Formats: sequence, structure tokens, C-alpha cells
Amino acid sequence: MNTQARALIAEDEPLLRQALEQALAQAWPALEIVARVGDGLSAVREALALRPDVLFFDIRMPGLGGLEAAAELADAWPAGMPFPALVLVTAYDQYALQAFEAQAIDYLLKPVQPARLQQTVERLQRRLAPHAPAGGTPRDLDSVMEQLRQLLPGAAQLPMSRPEPPLTVIQAGAGAQIELVPVDEVLYFEAADKYVRVLTQQHEYLIRMPLKELGARLDPAQFWQVHRGTLVRATAIAAARRDEAGRLHLQLRGRAETLAVSRLYAHLFKAM
Amino acid sequence: MRACWHANASGCKPAGSEQQYATMPAIMLLPHFNARTFALHGLWTAVLCCLTALALQAAGLGRWQAQLIMSLCVGGISWLVIDLGRLLLTRHQPVPWPAGWRGPALVAAGIAAGALLGGGIGRRLRGDGAAFAPGESLTSATGLTTLALTAAISSVMCLVFYHRGKAQELERVVVQSQRDSAEARLKLLEAQLEPHMVFNTLANLRVLIASDSARAEAMLDHFIAYLRATLDGARTPQHALEVEYARLRDYLALMAVRMGPRLRYRLELPPELACAPVPALLLQPLVENAIGHGLEPQIAGGEIVVRARTSQDGQGLVLEVDDDGAGLAAAPAQPLQGRHFGLAQVRERLLTLHGNRAALALEARPEGGTRARIHLPLETP
Repeated sequence: MNTQARALIAEDEPLLRQALEQALAQAWPALEIVARVGDGLSAVREALALRPDVLFFDIRMPGLGGLEAAAELADAWPAGMPFPALVLVTAYDQYALQAFEAQAIDYLLKPVQPARLQQTVERLQRRLAPHAPAGGTPRDLDSVMEQLRQLLPGAAQLPMSRPEPPLTVIQAGAGAQIELVPVDEVLYFEAADKYVRVLTQQHEYLIRMPLKELGARLDPAQFWQVHRGTLVRATAIAAARRDEAGRLHLQLRGRAETLAVSRLYAHLFKAM
Repeated sequence: MRACWHANASGCKPAGSEQQYATMPAIMLLPHFNARTFALHGLWTAVLCCLTALALQAAGLGRWQAQLIMSLCVGGISWLVIDLGRLLLTRHQPVPWPAGWRGPALVAAGIAAGALLGGGIGRRLRGDGAAFAPGESLTSATGLTTLALTAAISSVMCLVFYHRGKAQELERVVVQSQRDSAEARLKLLEAQLEPHMVFNTLANLRVLIASDSARAEAMLDHFIAYLRATLDGARTPQHALEVEYARLRDYLALMAVRMGPRLRYRLELPPELACAPVPALLLQPLVENAIGHGLEPQIAGGEIVVRARTSQDGQGLVLEVDDDGAGLAAAPAQPLQGRHFGLAQVRERLLTLHGNRAALALEARPEGGTRARIHLPLETP
């Protein structure tokens, strides 16, 4: 290893954060822990600022969970820089993470067992070695995204768990009255703080229903999730354009602004 | 004479299995047609026809071959009329047997059809009645005997099959409800022994054993008390409010180790209410919701306050769980089902125990966060 490897730990339980750090000190004394954070947003911010080689992300964290934080980080990650190796940490394997054994994303179950941690460390060291064999574990962003896509619950899976009738009309409060907006007129929905913006060709409305809930009550073939905070009507998309940094942006029919596409959903746009 | 007829079977219906076997073409017309039951009834009919034929021969009333032809004709027609008739008349009933007067009427129709039509066909096949003349059979003594035998045997068979079918249906209902209640208990246990909670607690314990064994011991004691209460929960319907508070304290102490300064809590219990009986672990899901949906989504965490007081009229007990967390409108960090299951479970228990004299309400607190409030009748211990 030419330079010392650097890691970030994101875990909201203080004792467990400390324990992982101690266990890593045993298993990989040369690893430098450059940041310890307790929530997903700080994890993204610190990772962008410090560019560590390894990320240990707890899956359940306040604000932004580990999976969402990883997707967010991938969107903001500078082009051309190798994406850090991601290790997901969870107390309970509801995601069937074993399926990802030896793939782009590694995982640890809490309480962390020393022998299992040793395995992860060896894998990470192999991956970070300056001349990793071509057959080694892929470290590129695409394979990480592919796995995150499988782990994150997609909008398409939600309706089954909550069989509520699909929405046909959006009811938006506007002062003393409620305005009814046919879903057919909506071009896209965008999460904004505690609200969701509802945009039609001419107007903008605000509603309080969370985007996740909204997405579950819209036809996923009609409205595509293109970002954690954006659901856009597929037929309202005029073009998807890639900028110099490799990020996709959508041009809309009927509105001037462009919408950013998360790397997580970039696979939706491919020439036939 | 002929005999038998009777047969018939029918009736009954073993309904439970009815749907499972519904694979025959008849399914188009008879949605719950069950080939197995139908064939079984036919078989019993045939067996009884044979026995009747033998009995008639033994009684010196004719050769058994002739009796068999006749009894099979009469029994077969009765069976077809009654078994198909009941299916036609009962398309959507769990027990496919016509209700009220239509049941006996169907049996009577089957008996009549068996004796007249079946008897006519039988005579023709046997070569005695020159022509096919159903009505004629009733005029003779043999005809009356046929009718009486058919009626007696058919009625008995219908009764037997009917009761057997009903018993099977009842058994199916009992088994189903046992399965449902086992499932509900399992779901409850899963909700209480939530794997994230259990494994995270154990992970914390593992750390403390090495670094702070006194704290590890205290945490382990809370965890043991928590597990014991959770696993015993189903067996203890009610306990004193102070015991309920002690269980909440165990849970909150565990969560406080895990969450560190992100969790603060206060449990307020007026001494005069300490012994008031409450359903065991009633408040637990509300405190879990306050942490999971109120505090956990917030980076800074928050405070939980549990309060008990007497209602204004002095007749009721009011229990409140407050948090200053994310609030009801906030996007749930975890799927909504979790919260809904906990609340539904509390509501169901209140309803079972107190009917409409108890209620659970969830409201947004003006200062931020959520308040869950339970009203229930104040009982003297």
C-alpha cells in the first residue's frame, strides 16, 4: 500500500461507533479513521470533504439512512475520482446482504464478530492495493449503484405493501381554500423540506404528503423516480442530457427548468 | 321392489374440502363443485343399493340381479338430483346445503324423482313394465314400497352426509381461527422483540462487557426484565400502573444506552395511581413509536414524557406519551406499517377490554412532536 488507507465511520449509536473503531484498530492497525459521524447527512458532507478510501455506513441512521446516504454521495462524488469502498453495517439483515458477498458492497452484522471483520478487512486491503488484479472486486461506481438499486425499496414495491387507491386528484391547500389539481396535469413532484412541490405546466402547488407516500399512490409507469426527491411524468420528459461531469439532466416539455437525475436512476435513460 | 334408492346421498357437504378439489369442468356451472365429495356420495349410494338388493332377495322379494338394477336406478337418480341440486342452490355458502325449508324440499324432490323416474327406468331395463310409465309405479303395492324405501334410505343418508359435512366445516373454521390467532401472537412477538432492537442491544452489551462491566451488568438486568415482561406479556392481562412504568423504565434505559444523549425521558406517576390496574404493556408500543418515529429520525434526538392522571370526572384514567420529535406530518424514516401495527394493537386491546369506554388518540402537539393519549375506565385494584 503506497499511502495509508483512510476510513469514515457513520453509526448513530455512540458505543457501537467506538466499538467498531476499536475492532478496526485490532484488525487493521494501519487504517486511519478520519471521521466519525452519527447521521447520514453528516456522513455525506464529511465524505465529500475528506474523500476517505473506505466508508462504514450503518443502514439505520437519523436523517438519512446508510443506503440513501451512499446514493446521495454517489451523486455528488467528483467525476474521475475512485469511489470509496462501501461497507454497510446493520444489526439485522432484512436486506439479505449475504447475496452481496464478495461484490462491490460489503457488509457487517452487529455485534461485529472479529473473524468476520478480518474477512472484510482483507477484502478491502486487496481492493485498495495499488495494482489490484483486473479480476478483483470491481470498485467502480456503476456496480455500487447497481447494488444500491436492489437494496433500496423502489417506488414499484411500495404499492403492494399498502394497497391504497391510486390518486387521480391532488388536493393542495392555498390559503383558505383547497385547490384540486388533476394528476393528469402534473408534470413532476419535487420534495422541498417538509413539503412536496407539485408542478403543472402553468402553476406550482405545495402539499404535505411525503413523496414516498405519494409515489406509492401513483402509477410507477406514469411517474418515474429520477432522484430521491423527484417524481417526473415520463411523457413530460423531452430529453436526457449528460453534462461534462457525466451527470444526467432532464429537459421537460412545457417547463423551462431542467431536473437532475440521480446516478441511482440513470439506468432509466438508455437509447433503444 | 326395489329398493334402494336411497341413496343419495347427498347432501352433505363436506364443505371444507369443497373448494380445494374444484377442478372439474362442472366448475363453470358450480363454482364449488367438489369432484371428490360428489364421487364419494355416489359410491356410498351404490354400496347401499347393493346392500338393499341383497336384503330384498334375502327377504324373498325377488332375485338380487333384478333388485340391483332397480335400486341402482332409483338410488342413482336420487343421488344426482340431490347432490347436483344442493350445489346449484348454494353457490356462495361455506356449507353447500340449502338453508331452511329448501333443504328438506330438495331431499323430497330427490326421493320423488328417484322413485318415479328411477323406478320407471329400472322397470324398463329389467323388462317388466312394457312402457316407460313413471306414474304407474305409485299405483301398485310395489310402487309404494319403492317410494317408502327410497324415502327412508335417502333421508338417512342425507342426514348423515349433512352432519358430516357440517362437522368438517366447523373443524376447518376452528383450525383456521387457531392458525389466525397463532399468527397474530407471532406478529405481536415479532413487533415486540424487534430484531434491530435485540441485536443492537446485544452489540452494545458486548462493548460494555469489556469497557464498563458495571454498566454492562445494569444493562443486562434491564434487558432480562424487558425480555421477561415481553414474553410473559400474553399471559398477564393486567398489572398495576407502577409495574407498567417499571417495564417502560427498563425499555427506556436500554434505549438510553444505545442512543446516548439523543434520548431524554421523564416518567411521571402520581402516587395515588400507582396501583391502578392497566392492560400489561399497553404503553410499550406507544413509547416505541415515540422513539422510532419521533426521536430517531431527528439528528438531535429529543425527550419523551409519560404521564398518568385521573380524568376530569374522576371516573377515568388518562395516560399520555409525549415526544418532541419529528411529528405526524414528517416523512416516516421506517415504513408506516410499523407505526400502524403498534397503534392498531393498542386500539384492539382497549376495544376488547373496555369497548367504547376506552380510546386512543394521536395528535400533533402545538409545540412540535406527537402526543398519544389513552382514556380508559379507572378500576379499583
